[in-house]
Amino acid sequence: MNRRQFLQTGGALVVSFSIPARAQKLPGALDRSPQLDSWIRIGADGGITVFTGKAELGQGVKTALLQIAAEQLQVDMQAIKLVTADTALTPNEGYTAGSNSMKDSGTAILNAAAQAREILLAEASKRLGAPVTAQNGEAVTADGRRISYGQLVEGKLLSVRAAPESKLSGARRFVGKSIQRVDIPAKVTGGVAYVHDLRLPGMVHARVVRPPSYGAELKSVNTEAAAEMPGVIKIVRDGNFLAVVAGREWEAVQALRALRAGCTWTEQAKLPRDVYATLAAAPTQDIVIADAPPVSGKVIEAAYTRPYQLHAAIGPSCAVARYESAGLTIWSHAQGMFPLRGAVAELVGLPAERVHCIHLEGSGCYGHNGADDVAGDAALIARALPGKPVRVQWMREDEHAWEPYGPAMLTKVRATLDGSGNVSAWQYEVLSNTHSTRPGKAGDLLAGRYVEKPFQPSPPRPLPQPEGGGDRNAIPLYRFPSRVTNRFIPEMPLRVSALRGLGAYMNIFSIESFIDELAQAARVDPVEYRLRQLEDPRAREVIKLAAERFGWNAYKKENAPQNGHGRGFAFARYKNLAAYVAIAMEVDVERETGDVRVKRVVAAVDSGEAINPDGIKNQIEGGILQSISWTTFESAMFNDTRITSRDWSSYPILRFSHVPTSVEAHVIDRPGEHFLGTGEAAQGPTAGALANAIAHATGVRIRDLPLNRARLKQVLAA
Amino acid sequence: MKLDVNGSVHDVDADPATPLLYVLRDNLSLNGARFGCGLGQCGACVVMADGEAIYSCTTPIAVLEKRKIKTLEGLGTAEKPGPMQRAFIEAQAAQCGYCIPGMMMRAQALLEKNPSASDAEARAALQPHLCRCGTHTRILHAVARAGELMKGKS
Repeated sequence: MNRRQFLQTGGALVVSFSIPARAQKLPGALDRSPQLDSWIRIGADGGITVFTGKAELGQGVKTALLQIAAEQLQVDMQAIKLVTADTALTPNEGYTAGSNSMKDSGTAILNAAAQAREILLAEASKRLGAPVTAQNGEAVTADGRRISYGQLVEGKLLSVRAAPESKLSGARRFVGKSIQRVDIPAKVTGGVAYVHDLRLPGMVHARVVRPPSYGAELKSVNTEAAAEMPGVIKIVRDGNFLAVVAGREWEAVQALRALRAGCTWTEQAKLPRDVYATLAAAPTQDIVIADAPPVSGKVIEAAYTRPYQLHAAIGPSCAVARYESAGLTIWSHAQGMFPLRGAVAELVGLPAERVHCIHLEGSGCYGHNGADDVAGDAALIARALPGKPVRVQWMREDEHAWEPYGPAMLTKVRATLDGSGNVSAWQYEVLSNTHSTRPGKAGDLLAGRYVEKPFQPSPPRPLPQPEGGGDRNAIPLYRFPSRVTNRFIPEMPLRVSALRGLGAYMNIFSIESFIDELAQAARVDPVEYRLRQLEDPRAREVIKLAAERFGWNAYKKENAPQNGHGRGFAFARYKNLAAYVAIAMEVDVERETGDVRVKRVVAAVDSGEAINPDGIKNQIEGGILQSISWTTFESAMFNDTRITSRDWSSYPILRFSHVPTSVEAHVIDRPGEHFLGTGEAAQGPTAGALANAIAHATGVRIRDLPLNRARLKQVLAA
Repeated sequence: MKLDVNGSVHDVDADPATPLLYVLRDNLSLNGARFGCGLGQCGACVVMADGEAIYSCTTPIAVLEKRKIKTLEGLGTAEKPGPMQRAFIEAQAAQCGYCIPGMMMRAQALLEKNPSASDAEARAALQPHLCRCGTHTRILHAVARAGELMKGKS
């Protein structure tokens, strides 16, 4: 069903407003999609449908959006059907990324629902000749006469431009409550929960033979063995793009192995031996994003590095595509259905309006992983088998070796201290590749680069402030004057893109590590040192809360320093404009082996108005554990030609043995305040607190990520 | 060949060398067992055979003919969730949820033997399982809660 057909079904709420001259900005994503019925539709049967251009990634956004809509419409959450990212049905909200879903879509739905309610109540009041209130999908007068939302919209065509101001209901029947997630029951009972579970009539299974290394060319291929295997339907080759299709999934996997064995590739990739030296020597575009002059005084400096790191979702990327005369339909777990549509349309040579992209959940996400690429694979293969739904899932080694990584980065910082030990000047530079190579264009999909007539990838670009890319959170929130340079490196030795938090992870790790070093130089408690250089009252509040709940001031080291037990603290406001997070933690370090165990983590978070406090806690707890994994284990491995991190033994991540005994997240709820994005807010502060705790436990400061066993053992033995 | 899955015997038309995972998903249209790595490294595919947790991605059906296989679907339904499912819902122990069914089956195998398993025992049992969303502490809470529910505490 497309949008037009949808609008034609049943009655629809109509309000005719003259479209005003565009003057005032509308709240959230209403500004881009200003029609109320882009967001909310009510059928003649009273059925309410809410539309969002954002996608459920396991972050709980469906539940939070339903809470908001139900509260403002004053109906039960179960009375609302929610439609997520779909190019035929929902507003175009770009990517579900950057912790922006609540700020963009949540704000839009909050205001759209409030305005729809007021329009319905005004219509009811007119019809009933008395004031009304909203109750469970009905407008009710004081003397008990009632009329349903469905009756109110009956026979009318409603298309209203949103107003800049809304009369928001202050009710808190759903909002501010830890309502259970609507997606979890299916996930724990075997319901259809992911694109991986989509089974369409006549569906076939495909696997792609990925090259052994970046840019390898398929010199020759013997397809005979694979073609004769049971169930094999087709072998698809287009230049260096090679895939096999079979009736059953296991048949496709076996045929993949046979086909791969028949391939001869010419490899040409030259991967860097010393990635940091390579990046440091590469040409840069320098962008000064904060420009305070240096001052004279005592200078302290340090430099930090971060390796390539993977999204590493547990389930490899998957997509289903069906190519028919009417066009191409793709079911995908990518973050942006509209951008994906553009890229795929170019790849298969169709106009965008004949490509329909529908979001279904995938495994994890954490940024731009293989989801878009596998959708491109599925589109190419489906084009070769018109009418047949084609399901493609990557193998584990495909995901590990071919997803775009979080970029390797270098940072350098110099601080001048005044007589009291406070920072009087701060100079910082960050060297990084781009943090987004998302599609957009066919050349941004792997398949687009391997077809006979390859598409060119979009030129790499730095992402602008204030959100930033490599320079996200590169400007400290502390009150001292700073000069910050984003040294953008266009040349990309490895394939990279957005990984949860982008540059914020590395910049906050660097800044918060260095702040601790400065506090030590100033002989000031690290929490006190932060507080005395921070003015933002909300920043101060999360720091104080985390310190208090951790018991920072009462904390006594059980033994002398450097016995292997220590505590650490860090703080940041994500993007300097989203959620505030402060983290305190304690660690044990085994000096003989270098093994780090995080014992206890306490976080405080201010996300503005907390629609679902447990949802916020889940995101913060998850971010903490994921960042502990990145920070203590993870680094992509490669040799001169090939990626060698191809499974979980060559790219280890956190396991239960290294999960802290307790992880607490304390939410400061601020009803009426703007929603502040939370999903990525814990990554940086966790890394900073962990580095600081290790330094406290061992007396040794390590500035190169990951802070893993091998590195610690080596450093501690020195 | 015949396979006993969740108490029903299915006549399965598949090569005996086929890993159980593909038969569960492709022949029987069951969603609970999930492909993660195909290598027995991540645990997303774990199901139970005669009460033991096994990797369905590396176990050929040839060795399962006389064994009772239990998958996530055998623990209950969305309408009537079993204790393990109730516990995971109560604890909101999922983000993306992809790894969760394997965790639940491993925990079920543990708790059927010992519903009073300690936190340390649960961690040891779950060591072969990976979660990328960082839901580990909630998973441990859910497993502890499932033990209580299985012992009849509400």
